[in-house]
Amino acid sequence: MAQLTEEQVRHIAKLARLRLSDVEVQKFTKELCSIFGYIDMLNELDTEHVEPTAQITGLTNVMRRDEVHASEATTSELLACSPLPIIGDQIETHSAHG
Amino acid sequence: MLNTLTITQAHEKLKRKEFSAEELVRACLDTIEKKNLSLNAVTFNNGESALKKAKEIDRRGNFDHPLTGIPYLAKDVYCEKGVPTTACSHILSGKKGGKTYRPPYDSTTTKRLGGAGAISLGKTNTDEFTMGSSSESSCYGVTKNPHDVSRVAGGSSGGSAAAVAADLCLFALGTDTGGSIRLPASYCGCVGMRVTYGRTSRYGVMSMASSLDTIGALTKNVEDTATVLQTIAGHDPMDATTPNVPVPEYQKSLTGDIKGLRIGLPKEYFIDGMNSDVEHAVRSAVKILEGMGAKVTEISLPHTKYAVATYYVLCPCEVSSNMARYDGIRYGHSAKNAKSLAEYYETVRSEGFGDEVKRRIMIGTYALSAGYYDAYYRKAQKVRTLITKDFAEAFRSADVILSPVTPNVAFTIGAHDNDPVAMYLEDMFAIPQVMAGIPCISVPCGKSKEGLPIGLQIMGKQFDETTILNTAYSYVLATAEKRD
Repeated sequence: MAQLTEEQVRHIAKLARLRLSDVEVQKFTKELCSIFGYIDMLNELDTEHVEPTAQITGLTNVMRRDEVHASEATTSELLACSPLPIIGDQIETHSAHG
Repeated sequence: MLNTLTITQAHEKLKRKEFSAEELVRACLDTIEKKNLSLNAVTFNNGESALKKAKEIDRRGNFDHPLTGIPYLAKDVYCEKGVPTTACSHILSGKKGGKTYRPPYDSTTTKRLGGAGAISLGKTNTDEFTMGSSSESSCYGVTKNPHDVSRVAGGSSGGSAAAVAADLCLFALGTDTGGSIRLPASYCGCVGMRVTYGRTSRYGVMSMASSLDTIGALTKNVEDTATVLQTIAGHDPMDATTPNVPVPEYQKSLTGDIKGLRIGLPKEYFIDGMNSDVEHAVRSAVKILEGMGAKVTEISLPHTKYAVATYYVLCPCEVSSNMARYDGIRYGHSAKNAKSLAEYYETVRSEGFGDEVKRRIMIGTYALSAGYYDAYYRKAQKVRTLITKDFAEAFRSADVILSPVTPNVAFTIGAHDNDPVAMYLEDMFAIPQVMAGIPCISVPCGKSKEGLPIGLQIMGKQFDETTILNTAYSYVLATAEKRD
């Protein structure tokens, strides 16, 4: 698995919404191969009967009261962060359909 | 030279009205002015607002809280309402187009500090989105080590560590996901603690790897770490991963008495090829603690060597998810001339993110993609369990575990430019603890032959920050007595 091809790196970049130049593809392919090569050492360990850890302090199902609290940031303050045009209370983006 | 004071010293003098908060803030701002050009530790100077706050505090004249009137700097990932906060990334800097991100709300930590009267002076440099061990991946350029400007300050909280070491402020906030407080603290010679996961709130701090990120301070001494922690620790309804466990009185835990303390020395942390000055300094520190009545035993943490590999699965996976929000729509960088939404996303993210962020996003995207989840993310989560069990076993016979923070002293700028794995290995002694969610502290324990600081790492059980604070405090007390 450690051997990633340039084609795979192009595909990963596309999934991650990153555009890479040919030079970058070459560079990242080499680096990612080296990193995944290193990560492969985890396969030395038999983990068949080991439970995975997702939350380290043992919290489960953290609940809160079903109450509405006003946010510190107002709608207009949040919208003002956007670099795109604001129309009413909405951000105008490019069309998803091209 | 008011800026060279510790929090404790400054607090007493403020209380006695020996000087004003404004004078203290001015002393820090003058030092930033003088030193920051060569260090590049501060990325945004909020001096005007800081002076205004200082004057208000002086007018009120109440310095009962130990942090009232104390100036600090925050790593560039802590949201402060209206203050540019950019994670040292062009995707938020606005310098390549779009808008500089000015958060419309405060992080819980800066809010708690502000409530106590601490004064924010601005933002410190970090690796982009805290991804790195050297602060070299910042879009504003590298932070220099105050002890030798040809070397890195460490990372990712390098700006904070350099700022504290060079007295640009009285303390600074950092974040520690895989060593990012302890490593720079060790390289720059200040005190830096990673708290138990969830001891402090992550709300309003830009996430890197949410199951590992922690919030904490870098200070000039151990007492100051206790003081800041007292103010920022505790449950926060805005961060569901902060358990509702009591916060002890940290100052009271600093007794200087460690008689009978059981110290574990893990053999996996003293390896061939490590810097001999580092090994010598840490072993000498252990001897000093032994001389104060602690009992030292060698222990084993057998899965240590797998920690970095585990981290470089879990962290990039969580990165790839957390970085998805930077899409050029709600904040930050934007792109011109895109023909579709997909093209817009690609352009914004390719222009905005630096190489280390792209690298981690791609590692994570691949490791989480269909067919690979079990082989990578789930596998790494299982190894995380094994590493955690190592510590649980070790803490049956030890109250604290001691080691170096890192096998080396600060490296030369650019040394790891073409080898990401070599860079990742700088954190090999700082990563296992984050898997187990345990607290650990870096405290200066001497210098190398070339005069570079070395950090002693003290690890404790989850939520037992008091024991590691007292161990660190006792060590410093003993060495200070020796010097006297």
